[in-house]
Amino acid sequence: MTDAALASPQDDPELRKAQEARLEKVWETPKGFRYWSAVNNSEVGIWYTATALAFFLFAGVLGLLIRAQLAVPDNDFLSATFYNQVFTLHGTAMMFLFAIPIFEAVAILILPEMLGARDLPFPRLSAFGYWSFLLGGVFVCGSIFFNAAPDSGWFMYPPLSTDHKQTGIGADVWLLGLSFIEVASIAAAVELIVGTLKCRPPGMRINLMPLYAWYVLVVAGMILFAFPPLIAGDILFEMERMFGWPFFDPSKGGDPLLWQHLFWIFGHPEVYIIFLPAIALLAMIVPTFAQRPILGYSWIVLAAIGTGFLSFGLWVHHMFTTGLPSISLAFFSAASEAVAIPTGVQIFVFLATLLAGRVIYSVPMLYAVGALAIFVFGGLTGVMVALAPFDWQAHDSHFVVAHLHYTLIGGMFFPLIAGIYYYYPFVMDRRLSDRLGKIGFWLLFVGFNVTFLPMHITGLRGMPRRVFTYAEGLGFETLNLVSTVGAFVFAAGVLVVAWDILRPKSKEPYAPRNVWNAGTLEWLSENPGRDWGVRTVPIISTRYPIWQQPNFVRDYDEGRFYLPDAEEGKRETLITSVLDARPIQCLRVPSNTFITMGAAFLTGGAFIAATFYAWTLTIGFSIAALIAIVIWLWTGTAIIPEKKEKDVGLGLKLPLYVSGPDSVGWWAMFITMIGDMSAFASLIFGYFFYWTIHASAFPPAAGVGPGQFWPAVAMALVLASWGAMLLARRANAADSPGALRFWLAGSVVLAIGGGAALLWGPHATGLDPTSHVYPATVWIIAIWTAVHLGVGVIMTLYCLARSVGRKLTAEHDIDIHNVVLFWHFALITMAVTVAVLALFPLAVR
Amino acid sequence: MDSQGDKTIAARGRHWRILAVAAGALVLGGCSGVQSALDPAGFEAREVATLFWVMAIGAGVVWAIVMAIAVYATRIRPDPHEEKVGLRLILWGGVGFPTVVLAGLLVYGLGMMWTLREPGEGLRIDISGEQFWWRVTYRPQDGAAVASANEVRLPVGERVEFALTAPDVIHAFWIPSLGGKVDMIPGRENRLVLQAEKPGVYRGVCAEFCGASHALMAFDVVAMEKDAFEAWLKDQARPAAQASEQARGAELFLNNGCGACHAVSGTEAKGVVGPDLTRFGERPTVGAGLMPNTPDNVARFIRETDTLKPRAKMPAYGALKPDELQAIAGYLGSLK
Repeated sequence: MTDAALASPQDDPELRKAQEARLEKVWETPKGFRYWSAVNNSEVGIWYTATALAFFLFAGVLGLLIRAQLAVPDNDFLSATFYNQVFTLHGTAMMFLFAIPIFEAVAILILPEMLGARDLPFPRLSAFGYWSFLLGGVFVCGSIFFNAAPDSGWFMYPPLSTDHKQTGIGADVWLLGLSFIEVASIAAAVELIVGTLKCRPPGMRINLMPLYAWYVLVVAGMILFAFPPLIAGDILFEMERMFGWPFFDPSKGGDPLLWQHLFWIFGHPEVYIIFLPAIALLAMIVPTFAQRPILGYSWIVLAAIGTGFLSFGLWVHHMFTTGLPSISLAFFSAASEAVAIPTGVQIFVFLATLLAGRVIYSVPMLYAVGALAIFVFGGLTGVMVALAPFDWQAHDSHFVVAHLHYTLIGGMFFPLIAGIYYYYPFVMDRRLSDRLGKIGFWLLFVGFNVTFLPMHITGLRGMPRRVFTYAEGLGFETLNLVSTVGAFVFAAGVLVVAWDILRPKSKEPYAPRNVWNAGTLEWLSENPGRDWGVRTVPIISTRYPIWQQPNFVRDYDEGRFYLPDAEEGKRETLITSVLDARPIQCLRVPSNTFITMGAAFLTGGAFIAATFYAWTLTIGFSIAALIAIVIWLWTGTAIIPEKKEKDVGLGLKLPLYVSGPDSVGWWAMFITMIGDMSAFASLIFGYFFYWTIHASAFPPAAGVGPGQFWPAVAMALVLASWGAMLLARRANAADSPGALRFWLAGSVVLAIGGGAALLWGPHATGLDPTSHVYPATVWIIAIWTAVHLGVGVIMTLYCLARSVGRKLTAEHDIDIHNVVLFWHFALITMAVTVAVLALFPLAVR
Repeated sequence: MDSQGDKTIAARGRHWRILAVAAGALVLGGCSGVQSALDPAGFEAREVATLFWVMAIGAGVVWAIVMAIAVYATRIRPDPHEEKVGLRLILWGGVGFPTVVLAGLLVYGLGMMWTLREPGEGLRIDISGEQFWWRVTYRPQDGAAVASANEVRLPVGERVEFALTAPDVIHAFWIPSLGGKVDMIPGRENRLVLQAEKPGVYRGVCAEFCGASHALMAFDVVAMEKDAFEAWLKDQARPAAQASEQARGAELFLNNGCGACHAVSGTEAKGVVGPDLTRFGERPTVGAGLMPNTPDNVARFIRETDTLKPRAKMPAYGALKPDELQAIAGYLGSLK
């Protein structure tokens, strides 16, 4: 590296200065009200983190209200109905508005620079996700000020929560508000997966990735498989609430347990979706303060992946008391115990790294050790409740409240605070106070244990969860009072830390560069930070380049790697290949815009209007949102560059426009569709769940159902539509726009016909979805598939318009590749739909 | 210097002792109660309490070892150990040790599951969890079914089978002193077998969140010697006692429409919506474990149902005069 650099143009300090000025200008953060049009990861990441922390404080206040109410027996501080809103919203906000979003927030904030990238590949998507999160979160939380918050628990079990007489608009707020946020979470997951896979610096092969990036990959992948089942569940749920489709109504063949399955197929992985990113922060902190590389890199990576996989096989341990057969309890007990092993490996990797290093004690380390003490305890009580016979006693008691707070506060909150103390200088240029950090730690640590340690006993003494009061004389009084005192001590600790974060620091000196003497790329950043993110995209050959690559920081500062300049005044970052990080493209990254904020608010408007069953408004907002998204895509994606290639430095020329599997857009579509398929799979799971519980009545006897004729017609038309798309792609490659447009138009017509035929089947055979769960299930699967065909039609029309507008050509063909990829998945969806709805009844009769 | 240091250490030692005693009192004090899984009075509860103590001690040891390693590595700060040592720690601490311990625990813990789930021996009790009370029906093998509510009596030493259902929303049936809980799910019937080992009065609760008054949905459990229980159950077939001095209360009860929802056998009150009150006077509590069954509390419950038990189906009879309420309460108390 250094030899080649000797003759480099970067030797000229004047040139370097000019480059830096150009980079500054291109990446400059907008001022004034335009600040809110920023899409760059640094700004969006900070907003995201701050908003998630604000929701944490809000949910924390709700937690204090709970503890205040339970301080003494027969308390009337809160009414029963208000208490039920408070505990529901406490859990809901902590999970959906704090614990999950904070992962995405922190990842958006630190991942790009950790990968030596200037931004993530879809900055506007991050911004869209953020604005959706903000609006949805405020909507859900705000409901409590109108006494309209959800009040049937964050798990929303039907039939209590499907019953309009018992639950008001709160249930709809929960379902629609959170569905909206879940969609945003999935968008962020797609962004992070593509970012990790495609935006790594040259040479950073997958086995050299920082551990944090590995965890991001694992967790974002888990979101992709865990959230869609909940969205599918939400759809079934709202169809029952709004239109009386009896998915969970046993009097019409439904079953409340299906919701529990779908909820916990989401809900258990969700625990690890919260826990793993926090462990990822520790995986960066521990090596820094042990002053050595992590010991057992492959151990911890495999353990993280193993935890991710196993977490999908444990959901039934939330349902041990629902009366399932012993054999399934035994299976899920064993699986739940097994997850302790990869979790243990991760913890012992940290201990081993500390033992093999020279430990520097610091505030982040203090929180890390506190996290370990609390989390290991929570893990051990987890081993207890994983055993079905013990769980029969502990389940839904305060023992579980204690257990889950030990795992989440130990496994997520303390590591997060460790991460905040560690990364604060990276993000905000100055250090947090060691003194306040220590005071805060002891208040938090003592307050936490005083709150939750006695709760184990409270629970085993027989106090159930989710009770707004308890009677005197049952042995709960002292324990509850102690817990309440502890909660307020904990809250004092939160205030100290919050003050440390928020207090004005402009008079304090900047932190020195790489203040902790860490080894990973993000610590190349200077204080005060520069808007460009990274000076130059480095070449990586080790896991801790600052420690292990000679002259690394100097070469970096002098721009001796890739993309040291912004000659054309465009935002750019490097795209590399998935496994071995070969450079393959110089990606032009979209810049600031208000369109994403508009699209997010319009989409949110549609969800919020639906909460009030205001259908005209819902449709109006949906159309407006669609228009906004099309404008966003039209003006901001697949932009044709002014030249084919660009010299990115070190004599390397890279294309500016790449399509198909090399491009980030193709990957984003592929990954999104994986998530989409898991939602579809959940609906199909529902169909077969009803089949297993009803034996002969589901599907019913011949003559009832969508029949075979119309599904067969639909299948044929959709197959033809898909074929037309393949021909369209071929016509485009042959540079024949006339044929391209002909086939696109043909595909649209065929797809519309296919969708109509698919819906005509159940309609023609008179299936009434409100009469029984069978017709409801048939309809929901058919509608799901028809909606996908509709989305496909819109995308195909978009391609048609792009072709007419000369934005889709033989050379510039991103759009058609991505849309064909969508059609592959739509065809699979269609084939499965027809097989299940039309063929399966023949097979079982 | 030294002596002062000694003093501080001694003082600190004293503090620790006080703390330890306090903590001990907190924990052990927890072992007595009518609703405590740590004070078992049934076969399952006893087995599971033992399992808990075994696991709790094991967990304490494991936690102490892990924390000792962490404190050693971060606070005592030894010279760096060889990587070989660290890798061995990962292998044995992270994989070897937990695998062995968890396998043993699974054999022990899951092994008891089949014993606990063996079917009952004769008496079946149907329990229906309803917002926010318990419908109880005894189904002895020989003899007619007996209706009751908010109180469960069972013979000591017999494996009694409970059939658990719910007509409205999900509830869960939990008597911590006797054993674990089982959900009551609309559209399904779940089974639970419990065996009381000690005669006594215990308390059961609803463990699954079921709406506004979930916290106020409890019931009394009376474990009786087998003979006493048989005699009691036989006696239930007889209609409720009708004392002549309670005639006014009985009349008010019927005239105010109470019989539309409640049943009192041998009278015109034949309602099935609310709890059967045939033996109400025998029950320890009023309002499903809400308050002790005294005439004043019964009168209060009838007058202020909506505030005492939010969203309960029973309307509050606030318009009744105090002496009318007393008369009804007196009548109900006399039903034995």
